[in-house]
Amino acid sequence: MALRVVVSNTSGAPIYDQISTQVQTAILQGDVEAGDLLPSIRALARDLRVSVITTTRAYQELVAAGFVANVPGKGYYVLPRDSELVREQLLRDVEGHLGAAWATARLAGIDRSELHALLDTLIDTPEES
Amino acid sequence: MTAQSTASPLALDGVVKHYPGFTLQLSLDVPRGFVMGLVGANGSGKTTTIKTALGLVRPDAGQTRLVDKTRLGVVLDTPAYNPTWTVTQTGRLLSGFYPSWDAQRFAALTQGWGVPGNRKVKELSRGMGMKLQLAVALSHSAELLILDEPTSGLDPAARDELLDVLSEFMTADDHSILFSSHITADMARLADYVTILDAGRVIASDTTDDLLAAYSLAAGGPDELTPQVRAVAHGLRSHNTGWDALIPADAALALPTGVQLETPTIDDLAVRLPKGPDHD
Repeated sequence: MALRVVVSNTSGAPIYDQISTQVQTAILQGDVEAGDLLPSIRALARDLRVSVITTTRAYQELVAAGFVANVPGKGYYVLPRDSELVREQLLRDVEGHLGAAWATARLAGIDRSELHALLDTLIDTPEES
Repeated sequence: MTAQSTASPLALDGVVKHYPGFTLQLSLDVPRGFVMGLVGANGSGKTTTIKTALGLVRPDAGQTRLVDKTRLGVVLDTPAYNPTWTVTQTGRLLSGFYPSWDAQRFAALTQGWGVPGNRKVKELSRGMGMKLQLAVALSHSAELLILDEPTSGLDPAARDELLDVLSEFMTADDHSILFSSHITADMARLADYVTILDAGRVIASDTTDDLLAAYSLAAGGPDELTPQVRAVAHGLRSHNTGWDALIPADAALALPTGVQLETPTIDDLAVRLPKGPDHD
């Protein structure tokens, strides 16, 4: 699989955000592998016709989130997916989603055990492909 | 690397230029390796700024610093070459001015872009004239490109080609661009920095992202146009069924519920910031 990054002027999300989110998704889905070299900041800026500051900021966010590492003079490399920072980031995402689910459940009058049962059902149901 | 090669390729420092009824008064620094867009209404001073930068206008006060002319590429609305020369003659004559002239590259670029070698400069369309000037810039290894209103009068296809050339040019990390424009979304994306002029002065200058994040474009109904909203509403446009205005992002949080907020464009900033908050 190849790295896929496309940006929109009208999505409302800042372009650096669109880039970092898509690279992050590509890493999590295994479209790019640990050790892969990402396009250089200036090559990506050219391809997407965006400013160098935009791609720099996108890559800095990926570094901060633990998805890639910058090797000065060489470029940005994809880190292994199980890196500690990535796990923390994903854990935060899971917590956020569960928190939202619990808030919604309370609105609907769904209690703790019902919600647990619901989660178990979801986990046991094979994912549709 | 010498200090010279890391210095910004263009800086205007405390420049003042008086004309009857208009005074340009600004400082400007185009950082090496980045793209700056210069925006503002007609008469805001964009072209005077560029002419001052190029040394075509002598300021009454202040300093300008510019890369060596042999490393400078300029794209004006009309090419500053002898109008009776053909494209091929222009290349041949310019090769004498530039030590690093690459005749093969010039021939390849003009041919590739469909600029006929036997056409006279004065007979070139707006788009062709732009391509000729870009070909000249790229054939003498310019490291700074200055473009005055590069997209005006271009059809969408030519604008697309211009964007390609500019983004390719910026893959070298010592290249820089200053362009003036009524900025379109595609040009705004390419600009690392934006400087907004009004009445000869800089009213905003920052990275494009930070500038856009500092404001929201707000729209609401008549009842939501409170005195508090008016006090922060730049370029308020009010009509029978509602209003819209540019609001500083920190003030946008305190707006009445129901007011719609969206990310502004650079054009929104250039048009509405000079008008300031409503005072009537």
